Amino acid sequence: MAGIMAAGPSEVPASIATFPGVTERYFTRWYKPDVKGNHCEDHCILQHSNRICVITIADAHPLLQKGKPIKSISYQISANCSRLQNKVSGKSKRGAQFLTELAPLCRILCSDGEEYTIYSCIRGKLIEVNENILDNPSLLQEKPSTEGYIAVVLPKFEESKKVTQGLLTREEYEECLSKRFNSTSLYNTKNENLAEI
Amino acid sequence: MVALAEKDRPVAQMLLNSGTCPRCIFRFCGVGLQTSYRQPHKDLLHELHEFLESNERESKLSCEMANPPCKKMKLENANGIKDQTPNGSHQLTNVHSDGSDTVAIENLNPVVCNICLGILQDLCEMDFVKAVCHKINSSEYQFSSFVFSVSFPPQLSVREHAAWLLVKEEMGKQGLSIGKDDFVQLKEAYKWIIHPLFLEELGVPADGKSLFEVSVVFAHPETDEDCCFLASVCPSCFKPAKNKQSVFTRMAVVKALDMIDEEEFHKNYPSPPSLPKTPCSAVDIQCNNGAIFVAGRYNKYSRTLPQTPWIIDGERKMESSVEELILEHLMAAFKADSFNFSSSGREDVDVRTLGNGRPFAVELVNPRRVQLAAVEMKELQQRINSSSDKVQVRDLQLVSREAIVHMKEGEEEKTKTYSALIWTEKVIQNEDITFLDSMKELKLDQKTPLRVLHRRPLAVRIRVIHSMQSEYIDEHHFRLHLKTQAGTYVKEFVHGDFGRTKPNIGFLLGTTADILELDVESVDVDWPPALDD
Ligand SMILES: [Zn+2]
Repeated sequence: MAGIMAAGPSEVPASIATFPGVTERYFTRWYKPDVKGNHCEDHCILQHSNRICVITIADAHPLLQKGKPIKSISYQISANCSRLQNKVSGKSKRGAQFLTELAPLCRILCSDGEEYTIYSCIRGKLIEVNENILDNPSLLQEKPSTEGYIAVVLPKFEESKKVTQGLLTREEYEECLSKRFNSTSLYNTKNENLAEI
Repeated sequence: MVALAEKDRPVAQMLLNSGTCPRCIFRFCGVGLQTSYRQPHKDLLHELHEFLESNERESKLSCEMANPPCKKMKLENANGIKDQTPNGSHQLTNVHSDGSDTVAIENLNPVVCNICLGILQDLCEMDFVKAVCHKINSSEYQFSSFVFSVSFPPQLSVREHAAWLLVKEEMGKQGLSIGKDDFVQLKEAYKWIIHPLFLEELGVPADGKSLFEVSVVFAHPETDEDCCFLASVCPSCFKPAKNKQSVFTRMAVVKALDMIDEEEFHKNYPSPPSLPKTPCSAVDIQCNNGAIFVAGRYNKYSRTLPQTPWIIDGERKMESSVEELILEHLMAAFKADSFNFSSSGREDVDVRTLGNGRPFAVELVNPRRVQLAAVEMKELQQRINSSSDKVQVRDLQLVSREAIVHMKEGEEEKTKTYSALIWTEKVIQNEDITFLDSMKELKLDQKTPLRVLHRRPLAVRIRVIHSMQSEYIDEHHFRLHLKTQAGTYVKEFVHGDFGRTKPNIGFLLGTTADILELDVESVDVDWPPALDD
């Protein structure tokens, strides 16, 4: 192949020794804890600088805790609404299903019989759902913030700043997690106390 | 010597009495000999008077020999040839304000023509041509021929129509009939007179195909009202249009005049047309050179340089761009009004373009300079190259508009080669990656990348990686050289884009992979032709 050496000696520039990954390079993370009041069912929204949003499951979600094998995933969210039937065309993504913050995206059934619903968390057009996780549900647990994403949503242009207003930044979310951890400990302590009585 | 025939005498006299200039009189007498129009209009007026006042027989002898027969003029009645000038002593009573019936020919002071509003008087003579040429010469245009275009005020068509009806009536009296096509058009006569003057002044010929256009817009506010009655008589012809200043366009006026009947016209418009106080004025004189096209190839050696200015909401995101670094010099050399930059594909801001570079072409709009000798072109290229380390240009040349097509064709069909610096999450040895070298014509299913999905339709496109060659660096890094089909998103092939490009390098190696650096090593489009150094 011609010109192979044109790029110069092959070595890794020092400046990229601590290179951030794809998700960190292009996306801002937003969090919604306890979605729909369900304890720890946290969602994470990755917002690209071009306003595209990828809906994912946050690390603290029960699905990502140990011993939660997934039995099945379904984008059929009601008798007559399936997210798999979403079709978009053209640059303006005509024909997309429009989602509100609390629109369900999919239901995930675990082997232990528990079922979790994943919600959009932001308003916008549904662009695509991740069909790869249907055949390979473990993707969702192994790579929740890349290949195991749930769906891609495009907020309206005029709402692109507003859609993340009710969500937490990474720092706020970490604070929220530490409070949750502390209160959980406190609760446990109380329980222990109760047990003593 | 006046180019009129004996039979023209009544029409000529009638028009002259109403304040019509000699050239318009010639036009309405169907004089088709261009040279007849070229004498100064004051001399023509002089001669016209001599002709009309002279002995009938004498002038007939002298004039008809120089004169081609009027085309299409039909003799309806043999008796009609008899001279019917109603009143030979009446001439010029309208023209002169001192009220005298007879004026010494030597003191003739022409009034502004009631038909052409001065267009065929001072506005087509040397002083006017000199003024236009001054404008042309002061703007540094380079040209070898010119096309001259004029825009006349629409009321000229109304006045032309009124004159035609008058002439038709006068001819009718002689038993002659005449059609609108038998007259010489104002534009034609104007061209006959002014082209030789421009040739004399500019030293280059008029040429309808010339890319250098000189355009003059004439206006005559004093008579703008002339057209108004047409709007009430023919409202259907005058529909307001978004981008038109006035509904009275020349086309609309001509259409209305075609529809209106004679009686209606006379009811609404004076015949002969009134005498104007002032001539038309040239309200706009513009020069325009046809666009020229410059092509070449560029290298981009910076990872912080966008191809075109990166401005979001009026705010500049990156200093400079490939386009700006090249165009700054092209604009200075060709002195164009504006430009359009295009290229065979484009690279991301953080991608370098190496090797022979990427073909590009620039349309320069209304350039002052249109030719550059090969050596000057070389110097121009040198200027671009010595101004910045970030961009270098080669094969800079003038090309035709048609040739640009080659570049755009190539964009779809041709291959590109890249060099990518890749990181792997798991530890790799050389033998873990060499299998990539034997993969040929690898088909990818690429969903529209998330990074462009906001502005492109969602689709799955099949793209082909023709070949790959790996170069091991260390336990987490290697370089991959790829030859791909045009339109392949290489970054996504490496990191997978959330699993939306399949297969991808991470998948092939069984790990998470990321791309740290990307260079374009060649854009395989053999246009523009390579030049010798
Ligand atoms: Zn005239």
